[in-house]
Amino acid sequence: MSALGSSSTTSAVPHLDIDPFAIEFFADPFPTHEVLREAGPVVYLDKWNVYGVARYVEVHAVLNDPMTFCSSRGVGLSDFKKEKPWRPPSLILEADPPAHTRTRAVLSRVLSPSVMKQVRDGFTAAAEARVDALLDKRSFDAIEDLAEAYPLSVFPDALGLKAEGREHLLPYASLVFNAFGPPNQLRQKAIERSAPHQAYIAEQCQRENLAPSGFGACIHARVDEGEITAAEAPLLVRSLLSAGLDTTVNGLGAAIYCLARFPDQWQLLRDNPTLARNAFEEAVRFESPIQTFFRTTTREVELGGALVGEGEKILMFLGAANRDPRRWDKPDSYDINRRTSGHVGFGSGIHMCVGQLVARLEGEVMLSALVRRVAKIEITGEPKRRFNNTLRGLDSLPVAITPA
Amino acid sequence: MTAITFIHPDGRSDRVEASEGESAMLAATRHGLVGILAECGGNAMCATCHVYIDDGWLARLPPMADEEDALLDGTACDRLPGSRLSCQIKITLELDGLVLRLPERQV
Ligand code: HEM
Ligand code: FES
Repeated sequence: MSALGSSSTTSAVPHLDIDPFAIEFFADPFPTHEVLREAGPVVYLDKWNVYGVARYVEVHAVLNDPMTFCSSRGVGLSDFKKEKPWRPPSLILEADPPAHTRTRAVLSRVLSPSVMKQVRDGFTAAAEARVDALLDKRSFDAIEDLAEAYPLSVFPDALGLKAEGREHLLPYASLVFNAFGPPNQLRQKAIERSAPHQAYIAEQCQRENLAPSGFGACIHARVDEGEITAAEAPLLVRSLLSAGLDTTVNGLGAAIYCLARFPDQWQLLRDNPTLARNAFEEAVRFESPIQTFFRTTTREVELGGALVGEGEKILMFLGAANRDPRRWDKPDSYDINRRTSGHVGFGSGIHMCVGQLVARLEGEVMLSALVRRVAKIEITGEPKRRFNNTLRGLDSLPVAITPA
Repeated sequence: MTAITFIHPDGRSDRVEASEGESAMLAATRHGLVGILAECGGNAMCATCHVYIDDGWLARLPPMADEEDALLDGTACDRLPGSRLSCQIKITLELDGLVLRLPERQV
């Protein structure tokens, strides 16, 4: 059996002594991404006993063969067949067809293009208000005051969350994304401190705690249609609480950091504000806010000329695939005119981000509001990185803006 | 190879060569065609690969799946009876000469 053709010779897989979950790696992953890509189409990482793919073709192939490379054994390092998951598994992210097909259909409709049309005006008004407030300040932290503040001002309301307790949202998301990693300090510490955040989240997922007409209530309404059970609905709401906030925080942070670092691209955006949506998309390719996810093989399979046994974990380096020179022209340039279609920053195939339209909406309206009101963004202090086993982003980015 | 023609809103047209089995969207983006955005890369999630197809050709295409139907309700330009998502149109030799009209905008 083979996933990519049926060639008879399989090659030896290079073993690398690289820890892609170490702080030093997170500080500057790009040189190591190149080592991973150039070592071969498939590598083996002795530190965690996993296979790795860092080239675009293999990452794309693994993402698009969910029956061979499954998600139900966890999309982190932990193998749910061997270890008890730290929380009840996600009904969508950590599920395979046919179970996945049903829950996925529900979230796809709750976050569909037509729903985006309905929330668009509200998201736009909030972005404009945020930029106006920042213009009063002139100097601020682009992470806390913009990349976090803006999604926090729209997403919890769109979901229908109560006002109290929202301070748990970012710590919970950070925990979820740390927990995909290996049992290192980042993961252990996050789980040790998780109880209050988990309690808050479990509570908010209940039908009676969600405002009518929000995304959360729309999920629960599907119970009445018989598409999901009353026990499944809260877990699907949990998926939006886990994946819908910290991701866009890091996506927006990436976009602002790119536009502040590359003034020529900011100028291009000023000349043509309709590029705002693509400027955000290109930032998702360039920085890949979600750096990695795992799959587990369901059978022996040939991948990139290597034979991989059943039950093996494969680490997909989305960030490295998004800068693979085999796929991208000048991959290390942030280019807001680039044709970004095909990047894997939102994944690909059946698990491709179900919230991608929400993310793009937030990115587009925020960058549009900024570029119409602001002439210049300058970095005024050393940016600080935030370390997480899965998410890539900054902890702080001091900037000053000049009004247009 | 199958030739397909995209007609822009201003009446200009672009003819692209498509390989059998690829989608009309992929043929368009491979040729750098402006007017097909395809933000989701063909995963039937974004509705930014919207095209209009005249009755004659429409009748020769396989019917659309439920997901495509639902997505078409969210296109940036009006949904018309001839609306389809080009990432869901698989090119076959019989489609040689297919004509796809592009909407004013995709987002
Ligand atoms: C820039 C922001 C975002 C990025 C970079 C991102 C990235 C991703 C990626 C890479 C996947 C694929 C997971 C896999 O293949 O195993 C994914 C799935 C998912 N995302 Fe996002 N995401 C973002 C925003 C959002 C938002 C705003 C929401 C909710 C409103 C969301 C909800 C989800 C869910 C529920 C899944 C699981 C889908 C499935 O398994 O079928 N994401 N996301
Ligand atoms: S490319 Fe996204 S729906 Fe066709």
